[in-house]
Amino acid sequence: MSVSLTASLKKLGIFLAASVAVFVVFTLLISTGVINAYYKRILMTICINIILALSTNLIINFTGQLTLGHSAFMAIGAYAAAAISLKTGLPFVLSLIFGGLVAGLFGFLIGLPTLRLKGDYLAITTMGFCQIIVVAIQNIPQLGGAQGLPGIPGKTTFAWVFFCMILTILVLHNVVSSKQGRAMISVREDEIAAEAMGVNTTRYKVMAFTLGAFFAGLAGGLYAFLMMFIEPTTFNYFKSIDLVIYVVLGGAGNFAGCIASTSILTFLPEALRAFGDLRLVIYPLLLIIIMILRVKNIRVMRLVKMIGRHKGGKEGDSHAAA
Amino acid sequence: MSLVEFLQQLINGLSLGSVYALIALGYTMVYGIIGLINFAHCDVYMVGAYIGYFVATDLHLPFVPTLLVAMLGTAIAGVLIERIAYKPLRRSTNISLLITAIGVSLLLENGFNWLFGGNPRTYPHDILQQSNVELGPVHSDTLHLIILGTSLLLMILLQVVIYRTKIGKAMRATSTDKDAAELMGINVDTTISATFAIGSALAGAAGVLVAILYSSIDPYMGIQPGIKAFTAAVFGGIGLIPGAFVGGIILGVIETFVTAWYSQLSGAIGFIVLIIILIIKPSGLLGKKVSEKV
Amino acid sequence: MKKLMACVLSLALTVSFSACQAGPSGSSAGGDTGASAQNSAASGETIKIGVVTPLTGQTSSFGQSAKKGLELLEEQVNSAGGINGQKVDFLVQDDEGKAATAVTVGQKLINSDKVVAIVGPLTSTCANSLAPICQQYQVPMVTGTGTNTKITEAGDFIFRTCFIDPFQGQVMAKFASEDLKAKTAAILFNNGDDYSKGLAEAFKSNFTSKGGRIVAEETYNTGDKDFNAQLTKIAPKKPDVMFLPDYYSTVAVIAKEARSAGVKATFLGGDGWDSSELFSIGGDAVNGVYFSNHYAADDTAKEVVQFIKDYKAKYSNTVPDAMAALNYDAGKVLLESIKKAGSTDANAIKEALKSYDGTVVSGHIKFNEKRDAVKAAVIIKTVDGKEKFFKKIQPDA
Repeated sequence: MSVSLTASLKKLGIFLAASVAVFVVFTLLISTGVINAYYKRILMTICINIILALSTNLIINFTGQLTLGHSAFMAIGAYAAAAISLKTGLPFVLSLIFGGLVAGLFGFLIGLPTLRLKGDYLAITTMGFCQIIVVAIQNIPQLGGAQGLPGIPGKTTFAWVFFCMILTILVLHNVVSSKQGRAMISVREDEIAAEAMGVNTTRYKVMAFTLGAFFAGLAGGLYAFLMMFIEPTTFNYFKSIDLVIYVVLGGAGNFAGCIASTSILTFLPEALRAFGDLRLVIYPLLLIIIMILRVKNIRVMRLVKMIGRHKGGKEGDSHAAA
Repeated sequence: MSLVEFLQQLINGLSLGSVYALIALGYTMVYGIIGLINFAHCDVYMVGAYIGYFVATDLHLPFVPTLLVAMLGTAIAGVLIERIAYKPLRRSTNISLLITAIGVSLLLENGFNWLFGGNPRTYPHDILQQSNVELGPVHSDTLHLIILGTSLLLMILLQVVIYRTKIGKAMRATSTDKDAAELMGINVDTTISATFAIGSALAGAAGVLVAILYSSIDPYMGIQPGIKAFTAAVFGGIGLIPGAFVGGIILGVIETFVTAWYSQLSGAIGFIVLIIILIIKPSGLLGKKVSEKV
Repeated sequence: MKKLMACVLSLALTVSFSACQAGPSGSSAGGDTGASAQNSAASGETIKIGVVTPLTGQTSSFGQSAKKGLELLEEQVNSAGGINGQKVDFLVQDDEGKAATAVTVGQKLINSDKVVAIVGPLTSTCANSLAPICQQYQVPMVTGTGTNTKITEAGDFIFRTCFIDPFQGQVMAKFASEDLKAKTAAILFNNGDDYSKGLAEAFKSNFTSKGGRIVAEETYNTGDKDFNAQLTKIAPKKPDVMFLPDYYSTVAVIAKEARSAGVKATFLGGDGWDSSELFSIGGDAVNGVYFSNHYAADDTAKEVVQFIKDYKAKYSNTVPDAMAALNYDAGKVLLESIKKAGSTDANAIKEALKSYDGTVVSGHIKFNEKRDAVKAAVIIKTVDGKEKFFKKIQPDA
């Protein structure tokens, strides 16, 4: 045990060192102006989207539950964090945590009754929940209603989003490699078999849902303090669909793939901006082509996959064809 | 609420429900046979409305030929979409198919926006004579009655096709087990194409009828009715043709009454009801509980 | 634990991805705009103005009109020799009607394209999200159509050339109770739309304070096409007027359904009603309607006549709608201020805007201390499928 523990600690050390190195490089690029404020914003959006995608990934790929309403938790986190900061002057970091906790609580409350549903029924239910949250916010004048909530202090910095992302990667990675994670995977693989083996499937599904909601809430808080203005329709189910796309394109259960696909897909609309209005035609076209190519086993993100394979991303591989 | 108002609201609900039912039929048909939530269905509906628009304004065809051309056009579009975008993914997971369907949906919406602009176009409503129908103290109009009749007729027609014809038998076989169906000599490709052709033609018909009803069309007109129709289909038990009709009608009636009572809830009520129903009865109103085999 | 390594590596990969995106591909993706921008900045020949407006998505029809209005302005100004000897270049970016995209494209314009000022965004939501960014980078922003009150609260670089939501609601409430002698009113508005809700609230408070009574207040959501449930409820209450603050494509459908549901009230609306399409969708139901607007197309003021003539000439006889006129105005106010400032320095432009005093298509514009335009509204009456000037209402001092 102690050997594996030291090995784990060593890996953790390498990961953290690498993260810090990456952070330093980016900070240098930003401070020297190589990355200007526009690209910096895209970079920050990518970090926030990675947190969202990984938390969606936890639900979709580690429990096999399709959710089309994950952005509702982002909305809850964003509004909870922004509102408490504006009303009580709670410090930034506490507001973020508060947003995450409120979202997690909602995740728990929603997960409990709805996770009995399966497949498409759960998908439409989560989508409906998302719509309900949006309409609810539109009807709460204290949150600005449909007109939105302005005046949120711009506290989110690159360091904040970056290290929140690292934290999310660490925690979620740890969860899925733990006993709980294996239980979640067993739920995805065969719910009935898992149940027969004594795994309390509902418990693990609710757990994944709650944890996923917490991180989505955290991302929502970061988003609110980055945008300085939030309004409900930003968080409608189209945003949830975007998240599902990130996860599916990243390859089931694959952290590395998920991070890469989120980065690319967040940047893609910006890169396509030169095409003007046509960009919104090209984007879905690329999406369809990538999906078809994936199935045809042509590796679009060959490099990513190779690295993933190298380190034996076991479930990543077994589901690459999924 | 007075009795007259109650009756009028009931009629309003039935009218709205018939619109949902009409769109939901195509959704549920495709789902029932190949298990795909065809997100692009509501955009095929939009395509149908546009085809109808161009046929009616440029070729000056009367109502029935317009409707038929639109149905033919969307049937072809549906088959093409299936062949190009869905077929390569037939063996992969539902979720990959879903993403592709979303891609097709976005492509149609943004493609039409790019081609024809975002301005709403006024539908030539004179191609179908509309008049109010007074039923004592309450009223309706001919178009709503036509839509209600059409959805009812199509529901029966679809049931007949699926349960009484050879292609219907092939569809059911494909739905149960694609591989076994193939082994039994059923041409699965043709069967699935036929499913998409019928489902999309239904969407096309719905597109023209609803566009005449609401007088205007735009590239994003399918999004909202699409979601409502999908909800209706799940509500009634997705994959079941009568379920789509019943689900649509009930959703329309519930929405109308709740809106009349407290309209702030109108945007969410469909979903609230749906979630309650699903929690009580997870497979929808008409759905049967399928016990899972180990 | 091997997965952690995977993460590190993928992170590194992400970095390299983003890095090369930010670097060479970033500038090459910007292609024509980026490169030409740099050249022109070096030679100092053009004044670059950013335009943020929806060209795709559900509000794209408004954005496309706005773009046309601004392109007309660009052509006019440049053919007349430009501003201070420099040509004007409007860089139009699509915000998709989404708050987040508005900020991203706004930052692209500010940080990458180095525009001197921004016209837009068109919708209040997008204007609200971009305003703090413009303030942060001290880039003057002039919105021609963002009517939400809070937009200009973001700071002293944010200006608005249209009137605000409460003013329109106030104008219509005053008109209903004083001119139409209405005692009772019904309101039907879009609960998910900031503009619609803002007008409805203002109408309600002003109408009640003038002694009127709101007999019904119903809502719907974006995308709804069936309003029978709400209208059946409103009809028996027999309101004198019904206020419908939304865009023409929606209100035309409501008006039609309302008439067949037996609502006899006179319809009132806001500037969203202004469109030639109103009559083709709404038919007879939209005749005899009064709505507030920024200008009347049959106005004989020389600015209006000239604008309509030029617009029709450029766009194959299309009559400009309010979106085209208002954004044309916002652009014009900005360009005239740059001219007056004599430089493209942000602070100079800001000061010039503050003291702006001139007449554009939508009337006389002068900013108050909140940097909102103070200007009159006109009431339009629809008669036989035509919009007719009915009355001009001056703002309270």
